[in-house]
Amino acid sequence: MSTEVHDLHVKEPAARVAEGVNNLQNAGAMVHATPGNSDELQDDPGEKMVLNMGPSHPATHGVLRLVLELDGEIITKAIPDVGYLHRGDEKIAENMTYTQFIPYTDRLDYLAPLANNVHYALAVEKLMGLDKQLPPRCQYIRVIVTELARISAHLLGLGAFAMDVGAMTVFLHTFYEREKIYNLAESLTGARFTTTYTRIGGLARDLPPGWIEQCRKFIDEVVVNFDESEKLLTRNPIFVNRTRDLGVIPKDVAIDYGLTGPNLRGSGIDYDLRKAHPYLVYDQVQFDVPYGSVGDCYDRYLVRMEEMRQSVRIIRQCLDQLPGGPVNVPDGKTVLPPKEKVLTSMEELIHQFIIVTQGVDAPRGEIYFGGENPKGELGFYINSKGGGTPHRLKIRAPSFVNLSILPYLLPGNMMSDTVAILGSLDFVMGECDR
Amino acid sequence: MSAKDLALKLAAHFGEVISTPWEFREEVTVQVLDENRIQEVCAYCKKELGFDYLVDLSGVDNYGEDPRFTVVYELYGYGHRNYLRLKTNISEEKCELPSVTSVWRTADWHEREAYDMFGLRFAGHPDLRRILMWEGYPYFPLRKDFPLAGKPSELPEVAFSNPAPLEGGPFVTVAGGKDTIAREPRVRVPETDSLETNARLERRRDLGRADEQHGNIKPAP
Amino acid sequence: MECSSLVKKFTNELASKSVRGLSCTYREPFGSCPMQKTTEVGYNSKVEGDVIVTRADAVINWFRKNSLWPMPMGLACCAIELMAAGASRYDIARFGSEVMRFSPRQSDLMIVAGTVTYKMALAVRRIYQQMPEPKWVIAMGACASTGGMYRSYAVLQGVDNIIPVDVYVAGCPPRPEALLDALIRLQNKVAKEPALANQKRAA
Repeated sequence: MSTEVHDLHVKEPAARVAEGVNNLQNAGAMVHATPGNSDELQDDPGEKMVLNMGPSHPATHGVLRLVLELDGEIITKAIPDVGYLHRGDEKIAENMTYTQFIPYTDRLDYLAPLANNVHYALAVEKLMGLDKQLPPRCQYIRVIVTELARISAHLLGLGAFAMDVGAMTVFLHTFYEREKIYNLAESLTGARFTTTYTRIGGLARDLPPGWIEQCRKFIDEVVVNFDESEKLLTRNPIFVNRTRDLGVIPKDVAIDYGLTGPNLRGSGIDYDLRKAHPYLVYDQVQFDVPYGSVGDCYDRYLVRMEEMRQSVRIIRQCLDQLPGGPVNVPDGKTVLPPKEKVLTSMEELIHQFIIVTQGVDAPRGEIYFGGENPKGELGFYINSKGGGTPHRLKIRAPSFVNLSILPYLLPGNMMSDTVAILGSLDFVMGECDR
Repeated sequence: MSAKDLALKLAAHFGEVISTPWEFREEVTVQVLDENRIQEVCAYCKKELGFDYLVDLSGVDNYGEDPRFTVVYELYGYGHRNYLRLKTNISEEKCELPSVTSVWRTADWHEREAYDMFGLRFAGHPDLRRILMWEGYPYFPLRKDFPLAGKPSELPEVAFSNPAPLEGGPFVTVAGGKDTIAREPRVRVPETDSLETNARLERRRDLGRADEQHGNIKPAP
Repeated sequence: MECSSLVKKFTNELASKSVRGLSCTYREPFGSCPMQKTTEVGYNSKVEGDVIVTRADAVINWFRKNSLWPMPMGLACCAIELMAAGASRYDIARFGSEVMRFSPRQSDLMIVAGTVTYKMALAVRRIYQQMPEPKWVIAMGACASTGGMYRSYAVLQGVDNIIPVDVYVAGCPPRPEALLDALIRLQNKVAKEPALANQKRAA
């Protein structure tokens, strides 16, 4: 069989593209020319594409769905769709006593469960009027534990951010340090990370022997790890080019959208709840609050990096200043009495029974308490009609509010910048959807 | 200026629309008696009183009372570092109040959540649709007459949504029960709960039991 | 060189599990099935040298179980433990799950880690349907197994309401070691499957 060989006339790529566009435009022109044909407009060269960055996506840090309208590579509209992890926490809170709700607070910002526990306990204690009566040892331990949670959350946030931007090594480095925090949390509470450590009026248990030395050893090692991560990222030209001048949030926009935490401080506003409205013993330790200048992704990264170092400073001071004494408020009606008394004495038995079944007796009234969570201001609005169950518990989740800025922030950027912006905002869907 | 001074200034400006402020645990709360003017009040708070940050906006369902819903606005000012709480009531028939999205853009998502959970409509909201539940969900979950287990509903093209098997329901104490007997945890049905407590108390009063005289009923503080 | 060492590893594994051609690694609950009792066959290296004569099932299952590529459906807190299982301390890659692809088309194993809500259930089911056969599912954690402590109006009480689950892992969240234990159990389960009989044929 004879085969004929033909010469292939291959055009230059530029000419091919021009021809293709020309064809499209001609086809579009023909469609445009006939009136009443607007339904069949397809392949219109100016039309935008709708891309669904779906709930299951490696870079969305959980189940966030983004509906993006793209013009080529540029995003023109972004609509976040949240609620894929809405578990009904607030309705559950109306059916649980205050103590029974503590495990649910673990799962809010599940990167820093100890911090959530502390802030929830503080909110309920504010309602009950116990926050001035907390023993100093309890307050110091709560601060240590909150700052450990802050380091843990920022480590993962930065690790995930770096991994999304392309630097995979940093992720493994930060996870190595997080494993050490998990060891500390496990020896303290029994669980690696859903700790449920605080109780209304104190803590579940005191520090185990040897924990303080372990903690000191850890914070000495973790600073080395911070230096390594910084060496990998801070002056890395690829990382800087990918994050600098991207996702700039001006100051007034940040306040108007209700941003809090490192996102707000990255935009240049020097505001930290631990300094502005000190709770626990934050007014007795010295630390600085880093804030950025431009409000871009790089600034937020730097703010988080420096916050971790300040957390180490706080932990060191607290470990040095840690007093002895009880860890629970000496109020028999709020704190579970010791077991040996419960089994022998009548009054403690009744208190134990009432506290476990009906909960602590909160007064009527409503309070709001906002604390500095690693992600921002975690607030609890508790409306109580008395008794052990709240009438309404609203969780002011920082990630929920931080995400509302996406329709403002994303348009105008390229598709691949979305990932960097999402990573720098550092949100957690468990908190956003509750 | 303290929060109390700012609240008094607000009350002075708006006259009888604002109630006298009260304090609880060092927090100042103010009731806005006319919900149609809430947007004006908020705009005044932001511009004149310097409350430039809306911390939280939540709805509360006072089932059994009229008006049924309360919307709570928690405000904060970065300049003077004071918190203020505004509350306003909405009746069940009306269920609508002006949106404050034009004052603080963060109210956008908070109001969508209040709509999703309670069914409160906000007039003037740019895009009022459900945010946490899916589009087309027929109920408002955080209302007190909606059970925790949920009710069956239609979810387009997929997984069913049968109510969660609560196996007899959670044993719950009641919020605001009069005494420990009333607060005993049991299976509670929210829509008849307050009636049940009241009925039981009436029966006890009728029988003239000695429990009353022992002072088991604690007065509200 | 590598081939023969692989072959030796394979045969050693088979040989260690079998006795003279009969292999009973589990107790048959319904008595001996006439079709096939097990898919592993012994091998006598003195007789046959470097050649293995075995069932296709055994080979196929061995390949499959030692390279289960997971598709992490990381929804909530269990996703963090899943990431920890993939990190350097509890390395899931040493069990063959080298790549955690977020693409369902290129994975065999879906690890549902976290609470599945009704809103998310559609996406989970769709992704499960996009996975090619053979596929397995591990329901990790209390929320994925039974709804966990969230018995509320928005949570699916167990992901087995929408997809078939092979292994359930208890815990809230389960330790990475528990997840690795589940993976090993799944590997044992895969090893016993009648692979050829299960294969779908073109109509």
